[in-house]
Amino acid sequence: MTVQEFFHAGGYGFYLWSAFGITALVMIAEILIVRAQRKTVLKRLKRLARMEQQ
Amino acid sequence: MNIKWFKYAAPSTFYPLAGRMIPWFWVSAILFIGVGLYWGFFHTPGILTDQKEYYRIIFPHVASAWMSMWLYIVLVGWALVGLIFQTRISFMMAEAVAPTGAIMTFIALVTGAFWGKTSWGTWWDWDPRMTSELILLFVYIGYMALQSAIDDRRRADRASAVLALVGAVTVPIIFWSVNCPDPNQCTALHQQSGMGKVDPDIVIAMLVTSLGFWLYSFAIIFQRVRNIILQRERNTRWVMELPEVKRGK
Amino acid sequence: MWRGFTTMLKRDLVLAMRRRTDILTTLFFFIIVVSLFPLGVGTEKEILRKMAPGVVWIAALLASMLALERLFADDHADGTLEQMLLTPQPVALLVLAKVTAHWLLTGLPLVLIAPLVGLQYHVGGDVTLVMMQTLLIGTPVLSLIGAIGAALTLGLRGGGILISLLILPLYIPVLVYGSGAVAESMAGGGELGAYFQLLSAFLILALVFSPWATAAALKISTE
Repeated sequence: MTVQEFFHAGGYGFYLWSAFGITALVMIAEILIVRAQRKTVLKRLKRLARMEQQ
Repeated sequence: MNIKWFKYAAPSTFYPLAGRMIPWFWVSAILFIGVGLYWGFFHTPGILTDQKEYYRIIFPHVASAWMSMWLYIVLVGWALVGLIFQTRISFMMAEAVAPTGAIMTFIALVTGAFWGKTSWGTWWDWDPRMTSELILLFVYIGYMALQSAIDDRRRADRASAVLALVGAVTVPIIFWSVNCPDPNQCTALHQQSGMGKVDPDIVIAMLVTSLGFWLYSFAIIFQRVRNIILQRERNTRWVMELPEVKRGK
Repeated sequence: MWRGFTTMLKRDLVLAMRRRTDILTTLFFFIIVVSLFPLGVGTEKEILRKMAPGVVWIAALLASMLALERLFADDHADGTLEQMLLTPQPVALLVLAKVTAHWLLTGLPLVLIAPLVGLQYHVGGDVTLVMMQTLLIGTPVLSLIGAIGAALTLGLRGGGILISLLILPLYIPVLVYGSGAVAESMAGGGELGAYFQLLSAFLILALVFSPWATAAALKISTE
């Protein structure tokens, strides 16, 4: 099986890879969102910690 | 009653424990999804009964559909534990599970639409299982909407837990009514899931990918619950003592 | 114990009778929604007949849902609700009384106005009768399930629209079998027994569980 054949998937490439692509996209988006949430929370906590020390 | 369980139920012990487990979940999630998809693409026949190459959508489709339903059960379980034992961590877990459940439902619907377009020639059909999945998405959205509409955390936790339990009683009835709109003759349109007829290699790939999705859910839910813990426990000593908070001022 | 129930029921009915417009608002909402559909999809007889079961039931769902926001809101605002929760009476029973009053004021009128819908959609006498029967069994279920949503969203800003997100998906079984029975009778099938048994089963289930869940939700919301 060549690489081209693999991505062609017997003429169904568009549907097959769209489904996989959207799945991957949504999961990666979820990971990034959760990571961004963590950054925001930590930033806020650091500010709180600094205020406490002063 | 085992005391050790309640020890881990304290956010201050659970937070570092979850932190240590998360990398392992990520590694194994990537490993299982990778192996599952590799097996699914290179060790399976090009045809599944009457379905051609596009049938490989089945791997993320079935995995996400299973997870979407399983995560609702997990959500209800944590809500129940929270209402009975009044443990903060169980409410936090319930809150953390919901978005991933909704995302899994969404993935199942979208991948299902692509499969439907190739297999039945339509993006959407009011087939019982597709309708059930759509309703499950509505239920997740309702849960998250209530959770975020209430400012008082204690009330938000317990009110959404009650909603989850009400959902647990009604969701099976809803699914059943959608499956069987005419009580005189019940039929299901969706292809019956007959595992026996399917090529064993496809089943293996499907199960391994599903396991990978399950591990992914573990990883992302633990990460989210850690965020929730930090957010809610921000006024406590132990959070202020955390290295990631103290470091880098 | 039943005195608490009847006292509560009477009180709510008397209060509502002093403000009759509230009852009429729900009723006219239902009539307007039902009357708008032919304007949107065309007035062809056959299409209207085909749509009638679904339209009636969806209009009933929306009407009973819109009325829900008021179920506990007034009592919550003037503090009566907290007193109610403090009485030695079982809260579930008082909730049941309030829901019964609510249904008598907003659900029953829909049942009684159904023949008008039957005329508008050319469905004929027999089908109208079936429509009224399904509404009679189904609308109490809507009020009972809705009460849980009303209790959970008590006093929240944007509570009305939130109730619809929480409660509308839970209304699906009633919608499916309520409109299913009407459609079946329209198609001339005589096998309506199963539909009515299912709707009655939902009613019994809702009667047993809903007041209890609503009471729990009220306690959480007023704490």
